[in-house]
Amino acid sequence: MTIWTVAAALLSHWQRRPLQLGAVVLGLALATALWSGVQAVNAEARASYARAAAALDQNELAHLVSPHGRSIPQAVFVRLRRAGWNVSPVLEGEYRFGTARLRVIGVEPLTMPAETQAVDRRNAGELLSFISPPGTLIVSPETAEKIRRQTDLALRVSDRMPDGAAFVDIGLAERLLRREGELTRIVIAENQRPGLEPLGTLAPALLVREPSAQSDLEHLTESFHLNLTAFGFLAFAVGLFIVYSTIGLAFEQRRPTFRTLRCLGVSLSALAVSLLAELFLFALVAGAAGVIIGYLIASLLLPGVAATLEGLYGASVTGTLSLRPEWWLSGFAIAVAGTLISSIQSLLRLMRMPVLAAAQPQTWGRSSQTGRRFQVLAAAALLGLSGALILWADGLRAGFGVLGCLLLGASLLLPAMLSGFLTFMQRLSSGALVTWFWADARQQLPGLSLALMALLLALAANVGVGTMVSSFRLTFIGWLDQRLAAELYVAARNEPEADRLRAWLATKVESVLPIVSVDAEIRGQPMQIFGVVDDPTYREHWPLIVVMPDVWDRVASGEGVLVNEQFWRRERLRIGDQLDLASDWKATVVGVYSDYGNPKGQVIAGINALTSRHPQVSRLRYGLRVQPDQIADLRSSLSDEFGLPPDNIVDQAALKEQSRRIFDRTFLVTGALNIFTLGVAALAVFSSLLMLSEMRLPQLAPVWAMGVTRRDLALLEILRTLVLWLATFAAALPLGLVLAWVLLAVVNVEAFGWRLPMHIFPYEWVRLGLVALAAAVVSVFIPLRRLAGLAPSELLKVFANER
Amino acid sequence: MVIALRNLCKSYETAEGRLDVLRGIDLDLGAGDSVALTGESGSGKSTLLHLVAGLDRPDAGEIMIGGRDISKLDDSGRAAYRRTEVGLVFQQFNLIPSLDVAANIAFHAKLAGRHDPTWENELAERLGVGTLLTRYPEQLSTGQQQRVAIGRTLAARPGLVLADEPTGNLDEANGDAVLDLMLSLAKGTGSTLLMVTHSQKLADRLDRQVHLRSGKIA
Repeated sequence: MTIWTVAAALLSHWQRRPLQLGAVVLGLALATALWSGVQAVNAEARASYARAAAALDQNELAHLVSPHGRSIPQAVFVRLRRAGWNVSPVLEGEYRFGTARLRVIGVEPLTMPAETQAVDRRNAGELLSFISPPGTLIVSPETAEKIRRQTDLALRVSDRMPDGAAFVDIGLAERLLRREGELTRIVIAENQRPGLEPLGTLAPALLVREPSAQSDLEHLTESFHLNLTAFGFLAFAVGLFIVYSTIGLAFEQRRPTFRTLRCLGVSLSALAVSLLAELFLFALVAGAAGVIIGYLIASLLLPGVAATLEGLYGASVTGTLSLRPEWWLSGFAIAVAGTLISSIQSLLRLMRMPVLAAAQPQTWGRSSQTGRRFQVLAAAALLGLSGALILWADGLRAGFGVLGCLLLGASLLLPAMLSGFLTFMQRLSSGALVTWFWADARQQLPGLSLALMALLLALAANVGVGTMVSSFRLTFIGWLDQRLAAELYVAARNEPEADRLRAWLATKVESVLPIVSVDAEIRGQPMQIFGVVDDPTYREHWPLIVVMPDVWDRVASGEGVLVNEQFWRRERLRIGDQLDLASDWKATVVGVYSDYGNPKGQVIAGINALTSRHPQVSRLRYGLRVQPDQIADLRSSLSDEFGLPPDNIVDQAALKEQSRRIFDRTFLVTGALNIFTLGVAALAVFSSLLMLSEMRLPQLAPVWAMGVTRRDLALLEILRTLVLWLATFAAALPLGLVLAWVLLAVVNVEAFGWRLPMHIFPYEWVRLGLVALAAAVVSVFIPLRRLAGLAPSELLKVFANER
Repeated sequence: MVIALRNLCKSYETAEGRLDVLRGIDLDLGAGDSVALTGESGSGKSTLLHLVAGLDRPDAGEIMIGGRDISKLDDSGRAAYRRTEVGLVFQQFNLIPSLDVAANIAFHAKLAGRHDPTWENELAERLGVGTLLTRYPEQLSTGQQQRVAIGRTLAARPGLVLADEPTGNLDEANGDAVLDLMLSLAKGTGSTLLMVTHSQKLADRLDRQVHLRSGKIA
């Protein structure tokens, strides 16, 4: 009964202050929503990788693989079957169907373990059509759409198939990939007869790869998901700032109530339990709202995330979001945790409050000198730590550690910096109103500092990530100009057509640049080796970063190869290092080139060096150098002469446009999260201003009484808000630039393997500044309207002795 | 400053309905007069003071200050009147918490365009807060805060000083000291003083007393 009475007294506070209640619930709901939304997106993507890995790689089973990624002779498989082992062969590689490049997985349906089966063996018709010539491709609906006009092979659509891959019979895979008698891996079924001769004896050159809980794709995309999690956490923290400041204010305002309740015999534990119950109630309501908003956010983000993952890693994310029970649970858990984190300080203060403590609320958020000094010291320590991590630590997690320390340290430093700035301005001013303006702004600072810290984080993240993305875009576009030097790209549909095409083109264009490549495994990594002809196009345009003298002569002679930047960094290669490209092929690294957007390592060799080792390599695609005014004619001639579909003849401009579109789509998610975070920060400032406006009367009324009009006071309020926003924006710029530098020079290098030059984009800052300004005006609008609309009688209450 | 109030009426809408606070007040104050406004709680003392200060507008009647009806002034006109002609002292002091003592004392004088550092320092010394100039209001005792509030009012050399229970929050000894100072300084600057008080002892020390009862002069 006591608890209910106490709870009713405590809850009455919120009834009289619905705005505060709204701020707590909204802040908590948004924090929960952004965090759980991002987690849901991550979980969905990971589930998709797991589905793809289980379907395509059979990664739930053990495999036999070659230690250096070389092919396995088919004879090994035959030997194992004869010895009684229940194993199944797999041959896979990349194959181009016209313009679409697919991962072709050749399987043997009769021996493939049932649990990973792509073909229903009980359906004789299906099985027969799969294994009989000319063969069938099992693909996803999207992939089927892409290759329908590019192949004569039969297509069977399966919803279980990830995009960009095709199951085929192993015989067909041998023909398509031109790898007769070779295998990529051998799947080992779970059920084996006892007493078999050990695998080590039967296949001593092979290794057993145990079932893996984490797919390669999951590993590859880890950095992206870590990035997304970091953004989610940032937004969560910004949301919690709202909750922290609102709960702190509510506790301060209820000090008289607490004292009265204690004086009336309510025990400290009963009071604490009531407050905890109240907080738990908020967490439940906000958690439910947060999960629903998070679901909507995740639904909005998922297509963008899928596009990003496809653009950056070639990972296909399928599946739809569903509100799973574990999602509800984690949403509530995060809401409860967030509430407790935000209120622990206030609760502890209450526990230490003596019964006869002054009932007057203290100035909200006023921290003692010691507290402020501690904050500055903590900021200095965090900034020092981030510097130390840059200098002495490696790895992606260290990179995110740098970002975390930097952002937290800078935000802790902000109130002291703003206070210093306002004090300085106050000292500079002499007029009464101007002096009061600066002094009053400084006095508002404790109440606004958390919101301004949130704003700083959001603005710095916008500047930093914006600079990173724009630097990347600028570099990428310059790089595309170098990389896509040929005016026209043409793809034949088969080798005879390619032979005819080459002969026909010989007299029609300035030069023909074959685009030939093979898959390989170099230093344990899946790689592509490209072969290039010796042509001025490469000498003049190719985006080389580090080179040896006479680099192109060395490549043309077959003595040297070029490697892409990500492989170079990952393997810590140096110019002059020897690289094993195959068992009989060694070459010297003579140069490094930038290769943005490619998750895999890549090597460029002379075309003769490549084709002599891989005579069967596909030669379907060509870059053509022609005069720009001849492009249209050549295009139509190619179409007339060979009947090539439009997708097989792509001009440079279209290709660049397509690449730019993919690039922009790739960073849609980042942009969306940036906007969300800025929105939450603006909301934090708005709610702080709104709550401060409730306490402004005693501060403004004396100034009004001394002859400053309400209109002037309102204008000064706008100006004060704008000054604080502007000062925070000014602080966010250098912080954002440092953030961009860390992203470009540390995180990107660790995550993707390439380092980009940093460019400055002042126009983007102006645009962000204007957005921030608009948000500032919006955030001050309601508190201001409230002030401007105040009746003198309201102001007079401040002076009334008999209220 | 000469003040003439004619048939002054003021009412407020409350939850219980319309409340007539002032019901036809007529009052004259001569330049340099000091007048105590007394009466029971709710008799309309503070409302009358607020009307004379230009903080609020009457429903009817005239407030002639120096020959000008300030009830006819618009918002900015009344703000200018408060800024340049009136000094207010409140029971709650209402100092500006973000400014130190020196800035608080100089604040109104600067607004009125009569900033005089020598006079402000002299006032601070006479009020006994000369050693506290760099402190902030929250670091002062209530007596010290009220002295600063009086200093702020008198530093602007207003023609009219309006005080609402200026010693209501002070103990007797402090209250007497503060009142002595206020009276002597007001006399020294030639200001007219209208003071709301519950205290008969305090009222006795002023030139004249006006007693309000139910919104009328008794």
